[in-house]
Amino acid sequence: MLHLVLFTVFGLICVAGAINLLVQTHPINSALSLVVVMGSLAVEYLLLGAEFVAAVQVIVYAGAIMVLFVFVIMLLNAGAEERSKGSIVALMLGVPGMLVGSILTAWVLVKHSGTQPVALGALPGHPKDIAQLLFHDFLLPFEVTSILVLIAIMGAVVLASRPESIEKTKKEN
Amino acid sequence: MATSLNDMMQTVPQWSDYIRILPEIVLSLFGMAVMMLDAVMDESKSQKALGAVALIGAFGAIGATLYQAQYPFGYGFWEMVRVDAFSIFFHFIVAAVTAVVILASFEYMEVQRIRAGEYYGLILFGAVGMSLMSSAVELVLIFIALEISSIATYILAGFRRRSATSSESSLKYFLLGSFATAFFLYGVALMFGATGSTSIFAISRSLESGNISLLAYAGLAFMFVGLGFKVAAAPFHVWTPDVYEGAPSPVVAFMSTAPKAAVFAVLLRVIFEINSPVPTRMWLIWIVAALSMTIGNIAALVQNNVKRLLAYSSIAHAGYILVAFAALPSSGIPAAMFYTAAYAAMNVGAFAVISHFGGEGERYVTMEDYAGLGKRSPLLAVTLTIFLLSLIGIPATGGFFAKFYVFSAALQANLVGLVIIGVLNSAIGAYYYLRIIVAMYMHEPKQEAPVAPIPMGAGLALAISVVVTIYLGVIPGRVLNYAQQSVSELTPVGQVVSLQAPHAVEARMATNVKKALAH
Amino acid sequence: MPDNYFARYLPLLIHLVIVGIVACGMVLLSWLIGWRRPTRAKMAPYECGMAPIGDARERFSVKFYLVAMLFILFDVEAVFLYPWAIILRDLKMFGFWEMIVYIDIVLVGFFYIWKKGVLDWGEASMKRGGF
Repeated sequence: MLHLVLFTVFGLICVAGAINLLVQTHPINSALSLVVVMGSLAVEYLLLGAEFVAAVQVIVYAGAIMVLFVFVIMLLNAGAEERSKGSIVALMLGVPGMLVGSILTAWVLVKHSGTQPVALGALPGHPKDIAQLLFHDFLLPFEVTSILVLIAIMGAVVLASRPESIEKTKKEN
Repeated sequence: MATSLNDMMQTVPQWSDYIRILPEIVLSLFGMAVMMLDAVMDESKSQKALGAVALIGAFGAIGATLYQAQYPFGYGFWEMVRVDAFSIFFHFIVAAVTAVVILASFEYMEVQRIRAGEYYGLILFGAVGMSLMSSAVELVLIFIALEISSIATYILAGFRRRSATSSESSLKYFLLGSFATAFFLYGVALMFGATGSTSIFAISRSLESGNISLLAYAGLAFMFVGLGFKVAAAPFHVWTPDVYEGAPSPVVAFMSTAPKAAVFAVLLRVIFEINSPVPTRMWLIWIVAALSMTIGNIAALVQNNVKRLLAYSSIAHAGYILVAFAALPSSGIPAAMFYTAAYAAMNVGAFAVISHFGGEGERYVTMEDYAGLGKRSPLLAVTLTIFLLSLIGIPATGGFFAKFYVFSAALQANLVGLVIIGVLNSAIGAYYYLRIIVAMYMHEPKQEAPVAPIPMGAGLALAISVVVTIYLGVIPGRVLNYAQQSVSELTPVGQVVSLQAPHAVEARMATNVKKALAH
Repeated sequence: MPDNYFARYLPLLIHLVIVGIVACGMVLLSWLIGWRRPTRAKMAPYECGMAPIGDARERFSVKFYLVAMLFILFDVEAVFLYPWAIILRDLKMFGFWEMIVYIDIVLVGFFYIWKKGVLDWGEASMKRGGF
């Protein structure tokens, strides 16, 4: 029971944070709302028994990535956005569409998932379970992520360097 | 449990496991070599050398693919990848496209004054992802491979750093592309929720065994949205013209063919294996195919920029390929595979011409610039004509048989309506391809765009594309046979898949769930 | 596994609550019982160092961002080490080698950024990388 209460509370906090993220005009406020979303998601993972994922969520997302976001926003000194008059059509179609979509998804998940509820801690969530999957059965995907890291490194370097240095100036013609 | 678990952990990959990812290993090693050499070599001298290393890597991957084909087919790395005629077919396309694009990039990089080190590295790493996509049979691995290929192409699209359109192209592609990947991931999660597994075979078995939950449909739909975006099928096509217009032309040659081939490979596996017991997929694919063909062809009619025109044409061609997906597996799969190969050859060729003709800063890309090309550079005009004729589907080019097989596969499945739409669209398509040809040969140029003599790299790339396009149009038998051979390995409807030993992960999950239920 | 999964995390919750109380208590106490005798020096934005002149809105070198981005990439790599350490004994030597392969591939990236001069903040870096 306590579980359900906690889960619902943090779920609501998460959704509220996400909505606040969109509504806020100042980027810093949005970034801080995103921290709330990440943090409450971590609690949700923990309540679902995914301990390792919860820890990683805090370390990587709330820790590293959000720090980068806030850091970039601070350094850029990005001011508050100007409210633009969004497209009415997008608003008229988008909001009801999103509502219908999420309600439909929720209904499918609740009523027609075709799966039984599973007791807490039954599914692999402990670091050891994760490790067995990651370093044995899913060894190949794990190793392949290193290539993804290399691409990200190269992309960061390419996109951050000055255009003049990327494009050779040797052959002026 | 403890002992068996321990035993399981003792199994290590065998030699055969490494053979099954040999092309990927080769591409990764050469990619890393390019990366390190780029960092240590003197920039003014390294450009050609790095290109050469990358080229050797791409040819090495072709060699590795052929070597792989000698070995008995099967699984690798605990049923993560499956090497069979199907995967080898797509590996070959990806590696060949990579090689040709690298060839076509040699001089382009110099003309555009782009520092090429990272460029070649990213192309090779992207090819790793695309190769893995075509052999992966595990949705998690497919997702990571999809990310690798996508992120590499996002960055490649922005390589013309001085041009604002290139940055716009990269940013648009990145934002919309990550959104689409998220859709795919959500679909995988729903699928896992519905079946308890992410292995394609386990999912297919679970769906065959009984009532298919609505959740599985939702999962498939989300996955289809994500993959549909990547192949630029309508209504997920909006990004295509802007991205293709801004990205460097050799990169467009690459990203309009290799990643698309890989995603079509994933779609074929997903649709014909997971979805085999679900006949209702028809109408979904029917609509998407009809929309893609129509929107692509009609929008292409009014384009003046040749890159944009070919972008819309690529949407239309995605539609033609999807027609085969609505057909029966026995004829649809080889038709789609053949089409992918033919499209790769002709489109890479067409964009190789565009990237050579564009000149510094890609200035000459409009229809007017192409006017009178037939007189100024007959060779370039003839090659482009061949590719455009193939894109129309004129006999004796690869495009003809590609369309022929696709439409006859659709007719076998009684999709008369779709075939009529397809044929009408081909007629519309002929108009705008012919417009370029007419401009090249009949129109007088208002002001002559200069044509540099065709350099060796681009010339070789064009020659390979022309030869393959004509080869597929004259002797399609061999390629088609190989494609047909892979149908039985894809194990579509009714074929036995369940002889496989249960997937290790799945087994462990099953025991866990059982324990939980008993609890 | 204890009967109540939640009970295992009770200490964490108590810990969080105590941390919150202590932190709030410190601020509150210093506000309540602290002396406040403002002088000009104390009221300055920085009590030591340079007096801030000019607008804070200035362009920062892209290196700041780049280092932060690269930090995340290597941070993600470090996250993998934790579950690996748990299972290393079961995996025996193979587990060792698989991580060596992974780290070596990432080290190629490290070598690359090193040689490109991304980590170089001096004048010399302007010659090569040009950031």
